[in-house]
Amino acid sequence: MIEERVTSLHGAGGEVMGRLLAERVLPRFAHRSAGRIGLSALDDGGTVALPRGAELVVTTDSHVVKPVFFPGGDIGRLAAAGTINDLAVMGARPLALTFAAIIEEGFPIADLERILDSFATVLDEVDSAVACGDTKVMPPGEIDGIALNTTGLGAADRAISDAEARPGDRILVTGTIGDHGMALLAAREEFHLETTIESDVAAIWPMIETALRTGGVHAMKDPTRGGLAAALNEMARKSGFSLEIRESTIPIREDVGGLAEILGISPLEVANEGKAIVVVDPSHADAILGALKCHPLGRNAAIVGTVTEEYPGRVVLATEVGGRRFLDMPLGDPVPRIC
Amino acid sequence: MNGALRFADPKRARALADAIGTLAPTEPFKIVHVCGTHEMAITRGGLRSFLPETVDLLEGPGCPVCVTPAADIDAAVAIAQIGAIVCTFGDMMRVPGSRQSLDEARAEGHDVRTVLSAADAVDVARRADREVVFFAVGFETTAPMTAAVLLDDPPGNLSALVSHKQIPQAMAALLDLPDSRIGGYLAPGHVSTIIGTRAYEAWLGDRRIPTAVGGFEPLDILYAIALILRQHRDRSPKIENAYPRAVDADGNAAALRLINEVFESADTRWRGIGTIPASGYRLRASFAALDARERFSIELPPPRDEVPGCRCPDVLTARAVPSDCPLFSAECTPLTPVGPCMVGSEGACSIWFRYGGGRTLP
Repeated sequence: MIEERVTSLHGAGGEVMGRLLAERVLPRFAHRSAGRIGLSALDDGGTVALPRGAELVVTTDSHVVKPVFFPGGDIGRLAAAGTINDLAVMGARPLALTFAAIIEEGFPIADLERILDSFATVLDEVDSAVACGDTKVMPPGEIDGIALNTTGLGAADRAISDAEARPGDRILVTGTIGDHGMALLAAREEFHLETTIESDVAAIWPMIETALRTGGVHAMKDPTRGGLAAALNEMARKSGFSLEIRESTIPIREDVGGLAEILGISPLEVANEGKAIVVVDPSHADAILGALKCHPLGRNAAIVGTVTEEYPGRVVLATEVGGRRFLDMPLGDPVPRIC
Repeated sequence: MNGALRFADPKRARALADAIGTLAPTEPFKIVHVCGTHEMAITRGGLRSFLPETVDLLEGPGCPVCVTPAADIDAAVAIAQIGAIVCTFGDMMRVPGSRQSLDEARAEGHDVRTVLSAADAVDVARRADREVVFFAVGFETTAPMTAAVLLDDPPGNLSALVSHKQIPQAMAALLDLPDSRIGGYLAPGHVSTIIGTRAYEAWLGDRRIPTAVGGFEPLDILYAIALILRQHRDRSPKIENAYPRAVDADGNAAALRLINEVFESADTRWRGIGTIPASGYRLRASFAALDARERFSIELPPPRDEVPGCRCPDVLTARAVPSDCPLFSAECTPLTPVGPCMVGSEGACSIWFRYGGGRTLP
């Protein structure tokens, strides 16, 4: 009998992590709801009911990234944007964030200051504040550099879940797909690659706010770990409907697509840190697309698919060449092709 | 991305699909390809949804690590246990041997390393104070690289455990298996750039089997399928080149010269198929000093290729598709692979699992 251990796959956002949460985590909490959207929904955050019908949205996220400073950003920017984006895709204005750091002894103070400055810059971009914080230092070797945890508090008149896609709805993405994951892969030294790919890490609340004002948004999700493939599959399963995606309409940067081919990794399976999937009423689709495109972060936004009843809970990809196949939930982090 | 530039233009694909529909026979017709890259392109592009119901398209022995017999893996494990450093491609690590995979040998503390090429094994040998063995697997595409390294005055502590294989011989052997019912062959583009289209004549020339060499873009593959079906309809089987922008009749003379200098053909065992005459490469007598089998005298118990319950042998011989296997996607996944076809990233089972194969959507 092999002793069960946590593996990297349990944290990779795919099928294996989903099973861990459903079978081992959720059953242990008898009370897991403080409002309309509770822990069981496994959404980007949960809601707490407030007087007069408003909702407080709470989300939390821990961040480790290698390298800590990567093309297009760093762990501070990633932590702030990641938490704000989890609030944003629940339709919540980011009111305040917490900042907790676990730091390895010997970590350069100058690097810590850069990380803090990045975090602060993102807060300024969305007019939010840091409300409290915490610092722990670990002996050398007991943590790799620095890890951050951020909790976010947001306010919504009515929070938007990732489960409410309906047949006929249009599926939008707010920009190019796969940038963050491919930028990090390109930065790994064993590949000896020189590319111009930068992470898309950014706080998307201001852009999302313009889309919400247009009305007709039924569901949202940010395609982080596991990429577009994982996020679409979660939305399909939770809604009970089928998401049909046209591959040729998915915006992908040429350099990202090229690197993906070289490494044998699908850009649909790697993380994005400044994008959202927005599922909208068909009558509002063009207006929302227009609103997104007016924002600098949304200029490559596109309508990429439709919600149907054909294969409940599944994502169907109409391929570029005109074939069709299922786009399945990635198992875990994609591994580059070796030979 | 621009489909027209990538040989993936949907309009042209539709036109080819229409041609395929017209050419397809009314009785079942099985086309077999022998290349993991083909399977990847077919599954990722959803190309099976272009084919009429009567036309089946299956991967045969197209994944080099999958067809590597347990006996060769056992030899590599034994060499690692003796204390030598074994270098091989990452895909090879988890392929089951009779008792152990190389990955399991490494977990027990033996020195097994993944390399990206034969040249990397030379670097390992230069820095090592011990024997280093390069476990050389792959078809005619990787054999020239192994040959080049062995010809280029390798360090004295480097030797090769050669398990290279030749594809046309396997294509011929597959036709003779019971229940093979192969109607046509989509021949592999990469291998053909090395060996040329003429190399297939020796093994398939008198077998009257429609064959077309195909590239790896969606339109390349659909075009090759159309040619195969046309040969069948016209009862004029031949070896046709549907990938002329990369492949010619004679192949890559420099690569073939390297192969011939270092290797000679030998009968060899393929997992799932058995021993096929003249289908492998072994080192010529003049290179015996670089042969790991000569350098290390290894005595091994009889190998065991089959994994109980696993239908890899049928998948590797194109007599089953992955979803025919009861273990597929249940017990057997890329995380918990049972057979080699789920281990190798070019294996049909692994590709079907990762890219939504197993069900052709209309």
